[in-house]
This record gives sequence, C-alpha cells and structure tokens, in this order.
Amino acid sequence: MTALVSSHASGEETPVETRVLLGNPTDGALTHELVDRLWSPGRAFPALLALTGTGSVGLFVAVVYTMTTGIGVWGNNIPVGWALGIVNFVWWIGIGHAGTFISAILYLLEQKWRTSINRFAEGMTLFAVVQAGLFPLLHLGRPWFFYWLVPYPSTMGVWPQFRSALPWDVVAVSTYLTVSLLFFYLGLIPDLAVVRDTAPERWRQRVYGVFALGWRGSARAWHHHRIGYLLLAGLATPLVLSVHSIVSMDFAISQLPGWHSTIFPPFFVAGAIYSGFAMVLTLIIPSRRIFHLERVVTAKHFDSMAKMLMVTGWIVTYSYAVEIFIAWYSGDPYERYVHLVNRPTGPYAFIFWTMLACNCLTPQLFWVKRFRTNEAVLFVAAILINVGMWTERFILIVTSESRDFLPSSWHLYRPSLIDLSLFVGTLSFFSFLFLLFLRFVPFIPVSELKDLKREIANENEPIGATEAAL
Amino acid sequence: MITRGIIAEYGTPEELVAAVRELRAYGLGDLDTFTPYPVREVEPLIGVRRSPIPRWVLAGGLLGAALAYLIEWWCAAVSYPVIVGGRPYHSAPAFVPIAFETAILVASLTAFVAVIVYARLLRLYDPVFETPGFERASVDRFWVAAFVDATVFRELEADAAGLRGKLESAGAMRVVLFAGPS
Repeated sequence: MTALVSSHASGEETPVETRVLLGNPTDGALTHELVDRLWSPGRAFPALLALTGTGSVGLFVAVVYTMTTGIGVWGNNIPVGWALGIVNFVWWIGIGHAGTFISAILYLLEQKWRTSINRFAEGMTLFAVVQAGLFPLLHLGRPWFFYWLVPYPSTMGVWPQFRSALPWDVVAVSTYLTVSLLFFYLGLIPDLAVVRDTAPERWRQRVYGVFALGWRGSARAWHHHRIGYLLLAGLATPLVLSVHSIVSMDFAISQLPGWHSTIFPPFFVAGAIYSGFAMVLTLIIPSRRIFHLERVVTAKHFDSMAKMLMVTGWIVTYSYAVEIFIAWYSGDPYERYVHLVNRPTGPYAFIFWTMLACNCLTPQLFWVKRFRTNEAVLFVAAILINVGMWTERFILIVTSESRDFLPSSWHLYRPSLIDLSLFVGTLSFFSFLFLLFLRFVPFIPVSELKDLKREIANENEPIGATEAAL
Repeated sequence: MITRGIIAEYGTPEELVAAVRELRAYGLGDLDTFTPYPVREVEPLIGVRRSPIPRWVLAGGLLGAALAYLIEWWCAAVSYPVIVGGRPYHSAPAFVPIAFETAILVASLTAFVAVIVYARLLRLYDPVFETPGFERASVDRFWVAAFVDATVFRELEADAAGLRGKLESAGAMRVVLFAGPS
C-alpha cells in the first residue's frame, strides 16, 4: 500500500489537474493543517471585520429609516412597484442556490471535487438567503405584520391568499433557509467534534463540544449519519430546483409583458446556479490564498467550476434568445415592444447591453483550458458574472414595469440613496457573517476529506492489494 | 448503570478491521468502533442494522404534504371562500407548490431529528471519553470497543485467553479496560 500511495503522491500516474487533493499528508497532519487556523486569527481579520461591521451598521440604519418612515424613501413608484427591493431579493436568493447545488446535487452525482468546497458554498448559501429575506420583508411596508402571511386563526377570520405566488415564495424561501441550515449543520457535526478534540484551551473544547452534540464517531452513528445526510441531499435537490422556480412564478403567473412566460422556471434556476458559482469563485479565490488552501482547493476545482459556469452561462444565453424569439413569434405587440424595442434601445439599454456582455461573453473565456485554471481570469470573470446577473434582474423587473401596456401610465425608475445603501449594506453584512464563519467554523470538511483521501488511495491500488492488506 | 469493556487503539482502518475480527473470534458480541471517518467494512462485522431513518422521512414528507394541502383547502374553500381571478375555491394546481415545499420541510426536519435520535447524540458525556488518548478518535486513530458484563470483565482483567496480546499483535497501540457510569 505504501509504495502505491507514494506513487500517487508524486503525481506520475495522475496528471495534476485531475487531483482534488495534492500530496499525501497523514490524517493527523491534514487535520491540523485545516483546523489549527481556528486558534489564530490572521492580521487582517480585525480590520476586515471592522470594515464590514461598519457597513452592517449602515444597513441597520437604512433598515430603521425605511421602517420608521415608510417605503416612500425608496425610489419605487407606480407602475414600478417592485424595483430594487425585488432585484436584490432575486439576486441574493440566486446566489444562495450554488451552495445546495454543490452540496446536494454533486453529492448525489458522487463528484469528488465537491468535497473541499461544499461547506464553503453552504455557508455562502445561508448568509445569502438571510440577505435575500430582508428585502421582501421590508417591501411589505409594515414588516411587523409579516406573520399575516402565516395561516393562523386571527380575529379577522381571513386567511393568506394561497392562489397567489407570494405566499408560495414565503414558504419556499423559509423552507430553503431551514433545510440549508439542517444540511449544513448535519455535515458539520463530525467536524465540530474534530475541533472539540483538538482545541488547545478547555473553554474552546467546551463550546465546540456543546455544538458537536456529543459526537463520538461510533460506527452506528456514522451509519445513521450517512443515511440521514444522503436523504437530506435527496430532499434538497428538488428543493433547490423548486425554490427559484417559485421565485420565477412571482413573475411568470402575472400578465405583464416580459414576465408572462413559461420559460421562466428553468431559466431562473440556471441563472441562479450560474450566479452562485460565480459568487463561490469570488469568495474562494482570495480565501485560498489567505488560508493557504492550495492542497485541498486545486486546479481541478477551478476547472470544474469554470465548466459549470460555461454550462449554466449557455443555458442563460439560450433563454435570452428564446425569450426574444418567442416575443417576436407571438405577434403580441406588447411583448414585441418590451423585447425588441424597450430593452435593447429604451432608457435602460445601457444596462441591457452590460447584461448581455457580462453574462453571454464572459463564460466564453473558458473554452480555453488555461483560463479555466487561472485564478486572476476566474476572479475577474466571476465578478463580471455577479454584475451581469444583478443587471439581468434589474432589466427583467424595471423595464417590464416602467413601460407596460398604456403609454399614459409609463414612468421611469431611479433608485434612491436608501435603495443603494440597502444593497451595499447587505453586501457588507454578508461579508461580515462570512468572515465570522471563516473564523469560527471548520469551513473545509475535514472528516469528509480524510474519507475521500482513503477512497482515492484505495482506487489507486492494484486489484488484490486491499484484500492482502486485510 | 456501569458500562464495562475493553477498548483498543489502531493507526489504520485496515488494522481496525483485523481487530474487530479478533474480538469476534474471541466471542465478544457487543462491539462498536470509533473512527474519524466512516469505515464501512466494519459495519457488517459488528452487526450494524440497516437504518430505519428512510421510513420516518417518507412518513414525515407525506404528513407535511397532506397537512399543508388540507390547510390550504380548508382556508380557501371552507372557512372563508373568496373568488380570486375567477379560479375555483378549491384551486388544486395553485395549492401544489406550498404542499410540495412543506413536504420537503417536514421530511428534512424528520431526517435531522432521526439522525440525532438514532446516532444517540445530545449526550455530551460518554464513559469511553475517559480513555487516555481517545480525543484522537476524531483525528487519526481508529478505536474498537467491546462492551461486556461484570463476569466477562473479570475474565478480561485476568486476561486468561491472552486477548490483549492478540489485539496488540493486530497492531494495537493501546489496549485499555474501562468501567464507568453511563
């Protein structure tokens, strides 16, 4: 066994770019490499935390101002009633989709490159969904009555309107947050036990020990854990596809030109995964450098994620084309106006062309193998796609609403300062939460990686060697 | 209640499997292993039965879907019927998304709770934690324990059949007898 593992480690049998774990560290060395950083924050950590914390205070101020004054402080008008609040909601919830995609769908497909980055993506999902939830809540106008969306026996005797897509949204998003949290935590329990057992101080052992729920790593516990995790993955898979489908139905079941389209559910899901992978790359490229994760986040991971960007980017591009074609083919003058005149040449045309350039051209870089593994190219591309996906939601919502049927009711939309502060505020708050996650949670799944390491070692052995070792 | 037994530490999963076979050959039946990651080969050897969690999850999912659909139907068609958009009171297609989401929600909560119950979590203390060096069970060491009654425990203490030697020749770094309240 020893000889074969070392030949694997030297990389002669497998070329570098197909390996998901570089070198051949012992289990102990790998564990300490990944966990010990929890005991010593980097030099930049307090400064970054202060910066994002200040932004989060800004978010708090903007939220309080909105709540105490009313949503008239936003740029929304009639007919543009949804505007930036819903743009940001859809953007954030879309970003939240890559986490579950990586964790659940790639788990069911037994993709080895999922293992190093899954928890990272799950953390991103949770914090993105938190930001997303804020916007529709504020958009209610009187957020303190949010519980009216829950069917409870009130003295008024009325119930939520279940035929509307908005209560569907409430259930879908809250279910998504809950299930993502359960899935994240279930996978985290064995690693919290690792942290408990390697923590240098008694108080840390106690704190992580409580969160590890008394995990002992017994064979029965692993068995039930594995089955439960697999089931949650199986449940999260249709969930991730349904959540953004339901978000898209907010638009698709209305009558507005540019919204009333059956392509929306698959189009939205592909766009969500597209933007989510872009955000994972945006976060993991700097983290890999800062935390020295070169061993566990390899060229293989970048290559696979870049390919995912290409696939989903093409689905998005195809959807744009189909939307425009169907608008023309339908002969409906309003649909034709939105897609053929208003979006490409109207007042928001600049944003429309930015969207097309960012979302359709950027992924074409990845036809070139060298770009798929180049961190700088990937990082810039990921940022462009993040921007592109935000502009997509802006175009979708604002162009359709500002010029719908009767020209007499048309009205342009401009975001107010509060709108922009809320958006920048959620970016800060997201980064703030993510920094705390990187600081206190073992964000590379240690136990899963050790399991994967053994699996890879066994695969590289010739047939018969395993039996001989037993 | 006092938990008694013998526990041994190994450096690799392969040695662990050999040791489990050794303990079974000795006639000890109530075995468990403690490992940093799942070692699937030991599960049939120590008699891990197929997890009943999937059945609970199926029941949870069906219950969630039924409950959500009933609530939607009762609110919209029985308690306070309102015509919206010309749709029937009982608008079945419009009730599907919430029923589906609730099915996933209840099924997932069931799965999570079931893992906690069946994996016997939420007990923050276990007598095996007292074994010196056991903290490496989550890092890079593979432990096997045999739980025995008082009579067998006295036999093991006397080590009549040389079980300790057998475990050590299987590669054990440490063999410890333990007894403690649980």
